Amino acid sequence: MPVGIVSYGVYIPRYRIKAEEIARVWGEREDMAQSLNVFEKSVPDFDEDAVTIAVEAARNALKRASIDPARIGAIYVGSESHPYAVKPTGTIVGEAIGVDHQLTAADLEFACKAGTAAIQACLGLVSAGMIDLGLAMGTDTSQGAPGDALEYTAAAGGAAYLIGREDLAAEIEGFYSFTTDTPDFWRREGMPYPEHGGRFTGVPGYFKHVTSATRGLLKKMKTIPEDYDYAVFHQPNGKFPRRVAKSLGFSADQIEPGLVVPWIGNTYSGSSLIGLAATLDVAKPGDRIFLASFGSGAGSDAFSIRVGDAIEDIRNRAPRVRDYFENVQYLDYAVYAKHKGKLRL
Amino acid sequence: MSTVPRFWRHIPQRYNLVGTHCEKCDEYYYPPRTICPNCRRNAKMEDHKFDGEGTVVTFTTIYNATDDFKRQTPYNLAIIELLEGPRLTGQVICSPEVIEIGMRVKPVFRILWKEGERGIIYYGTKFVPTEGWV
Repeated sequence: MPVGIVSYGVYIPRYRIKAEEIARVWGEREDMAQSLNVFEKSVPDFDEDAVTIAVEAARNALKRASIDPARIGAIYVGSESHPYAVKPTGTIVGEAIGVDHQLTAADLEFACKAGTAAIQACLGLVSAGMIDLGLAMGTDTSQGAPGDALEYTAAAGGAAYLIGREDLAAEIEGFYSFTTDTPDFWRREGMPYPEHGGRFTGVPGYFKHVTSATRGLLKKMKTIPEDYDYAVFHQPNGKFPRRVAKSLGFSADQIEPGLVVPWIGNTYSGSSLIGLAATLDVAKPGDRIFLASFGSGAGSDAFSIRVGDAIEDIRNRAPRVRDYFENVQYLDYAVYAKHKGKLRL
Repeated sequence: MSTVPRFWRHIPQRYNLVGTHCEKCDEYYYPPRTICPNCRRNAKMEDHKFDGEGTVVTFTTIYNATDDFKRQTPYNLAIIELLEGPRLTGQVICSPEVIEIGMRVKPVFRILWKEGERGIIYYGTKFVPTEGWV
C-alpha cells in the first residue's frame, strides 16, 4: 500500500537581516551575499523558538488537509535547537495542536537532517500499520557565533509533514540513506554556538553524503535525474545545492522552485523540508520530486516522491512558503543581536 | 509568582484558548467557568475552543517593564474581545504605531514567559494583526 505525505505546513518568522548588514558590521567583503548566494535570512522574534515555530507549522499542516489531530499516533520533532536539553518539544507541540494523548513522541537531533529522519520514523510506523498518521517536523532557531561564517546563513523556520496511507498529497516511493562518522560541524553540551571544520564541511561532508545518498537512491529506484520534474537538496547556502545538483545531473530548472535559501537563509532541520514544501506549492499531480537532506556529523536521506491528486485540493488551504516572503520586517545588526540573545547583560 | 502545577493546569486555556459555553443561555466564558452565573444550577456547561479571532477593545504600550520583559519593550498589552464575546488580556505583536482600537487580531503561539535561565518556559497565545501577517 502506498504511503506518503497527507499534508504539509511551514512557518518562517517575519524578521529578516540582510547579509550585507552582517558583512558591514564585521568588515567583510561587500559581495559576501553574492558569494554565498544568501541575500537575507530569517530571524525569530524575542518570543519565538523551535517549539513555537513547530506549533505554527503543524497547525498549518492540519489546516491544509482538515485533519482531525486525534488520528496522529506519533510525533517526531527534529531540531538542533530544542529549547530544553531535557523535556520534549514534541509533547508541547502535541498539546498545542490538540492531539488525543494516545500517541508516542520523541525529539530527534541530527544537525540539519533530523526532520527527514523524523519522516522516515513515521513512514516505518505507518507502513507497518501501527499508526494511522504520524507527524514529522524539522524546526530550528539556529545559531552562528558573532562574526563567524555561519552567521550569514543561520536562520529560523520549520516544516511539518503528516505521514499516512490515505488521501496522499504525495507518495513517498522510496528512500535511501548514507551515514558516516564525519565531524564536520558540532556543538558541545552547554555551548551557545556550534563549531565547524570550515572548508572541511564541503567535500568530505555535504558533497560526499548528498552525492552518495542521491546515487544510491537513483540506483535503488532505477531512475535517472531526468525522470524527476523537481529536485530539492539541503541548502546550507545558495552555492552548495546548485553545485551538487549540477554534478549529479540535475538542472537549474529542477531545483529552482525549492531553492529558498537566498531569501530565508539556512533553517537547518527545516531547510530541505521547506524547500520540499515550496516545490509541493507548485507541483502538479503525477510530477516526481527528488529530495536529499544533509545533516553534519554526517548523513543524507534521499527520497523519491510522486505528487498525488489530493495536492490540488489542499494546496491553498494554508500559507504557501512564498507567502512568508511578503511583509517581512528588516532589522539592523544591533536589534538582530538583541533578538538572538547575543548580548549578555 | 507562578508555579509549575499552576501553569500546567492552565495549559488548555493558554495554548488553545479553551473556555466554556453554557448551552442553556448561549453565553461563552474565557477563562473557563465551571458554573454559569446566569443559569446557576440549571446551567449546561461544555468546553469551547475559541478560534481566537477578535478585536482590540483598548490597549496600552509598555515602555518600562519588569526585568523579565525589559528586552521586549516597547510592547502592547490589549483587551481583546473574541468573536464569541468574552474579553481577555493579551499581548499584540506589532509596532506601537500600528495598534489601534478596533483593530482585528488573530492568535499566534509564542513564549509568554521564562522562569529565569533554569526554570520552565511558559508557552501560550499572543495576538497579531489580521491584516498584513501570514
